[in-house]
Amino acid sequence: MKYAYYPGCSAHSTARDMHESCLAVAKALDIELNEIKGWTCCGASAAHQTDRNLAVSLASANFLLAKEMGMDMVVNCAACYNRSKVANYEIKNSEEVKQSVADSLGEIYDGSVPVRHFVEILLKDVGPARLRKKIINPLKDLKVAAYYGCYLVRPPEATNFDDPENPTILESLIDVTGGTSVEWSGKVDCCGGMQNLTRTEITVRRSAAVIEMAKAAGAECIVVACPMCQISLDVRQADMEKLLGKKYDMPIIYLTQLLGLALGLSPKELGLNKLMVSPAAILKKAKAAIS
Amino acid sequence: MTTRIKKQKATGDLFKAVQEKADVNLSVCYQCKKCSIGCPVADQTESPPSEIIRRLQLGAGDELLQTDLIWTCLGCETCYARCPNQINFPAVIDALKSIALEKGVARPEGDAPLFNQLFLKFPTMLKKGKIAILPPSGGDKGKVKRIFKKTAQNRGTGK
Repeated sequence: MKYAYYPGCSAHSTARDMHESCLAVAKALDIELNEIKGWTCCGASAAHQTDRNLAVSLASANFLLAKEMGMDMVVNCAACYNRSKVANYEIKNSEEVKQSVADSLGEIYDGSVPVRHFVEILLKDVGPARLRKKIINPLKDLKVAAYYGCYLVRPPEATNFDDPENPTILESLIDVTGGTSVEWSGKVDCCGGMQNLTRTEITVRRSAAVIEMAKAAGAECIVVACPMCQISLDVRQADMEKLLGKKYDMPIIYLTQLLGLALGLSPKELGLNKLMVSPAAILKKAKAAIS
Repeated sequence: MTTRIKKQKATGDLFKAVQEKADVNLSVCYQCKKCSIGCPVADQTESPPSEIIRRLQLGAGDELLQTDLIWTCLGCETCYARCPNQINFPAVIDALKSIALEKGVARPEGDAPLFNQLFLKFPTMLKKGKIAILPPSGGDKGKVKRIFKKTAQNRGTGK
């Protein structure tokens, strides 16, 4: 299994734990991730709010590099995944956008490079049967809330990830680790991440609402696949506690970190020491400790 | 909160400008309000999504550019995903945002002090290795420069 891997900016900054755990899990499962040489920004946030053609052109520059490698492009960051999928969709559906992109890149790109999230690779290419064989440390009795947020599932016609209102890819993978997914209605709600630096209170209240829902459903941790959700729910938890006068203690971990623990990888190589809210409760179940 | 809307004789310029910029057809909205019910910040705004569309249909003028949802919107796209008529409301918000900025009537609310507060958390995040100071380089800077230059040149030319 060989893929062109697009890490995205957050992989080297606020989501190093996501990146590290992804690489560790890929290695353990013999998935070959070849980092795209010379990758640049996917065009998220500032670009797509300012100029659609700029955002699509930025994403396409990476597609052209992946195309040369002749492999599917694998993305871990949900925002990069979203922007790349939307770019492909817009190029395929608008001759005008396609022309504009060709003009700014000096090369024609037809929107044909497949973009996939790493969790899709785990479930669809590796598959539950093969994954189960590699589990040496099942996370028995761990109650997990699978949280998707916005970028993976919306807009559905472009991302085409899973059922946009009730996706189950993460639950299927949690099942493989031996954990139990709780039933809850917050899985595609927004964490408010977009206002994290500009109108922080909106983010703090929104993320607190998500954590409260997961808690009410009996979850001991929330599993995410998006670095923006992880930051909002994890780093902002101290602010939630201050603003709302409640204690949450809800570990927010990446799916690759959870799976890595079940695969017997060490907490350190999975970047679990980088979490703001201690994952001690999960580690206890996994019989692992942060050294 | 109830907003009183004065009906204008003709559809406003803003309606046309938004439709053009966002590439949407706002006439197909029949006020089912699924967008407003799903909106995670509807309870914190003067006018929720469906009401903004109604105000545009009824000929709203520049007063709509002062509406707070423009700056409260989280871009979660729940409104768009649930709209039975596929109105891309996030694009409407982006259009209103950019028109408000163009006309110089934008009233974005922001919290610089809170940003500073977050900044104060950086030492802990750095210590834990949660963040790095600089992103990796190695990308083709000339290519990115060209993309920015070309798209700026083509802006507004329909290319």
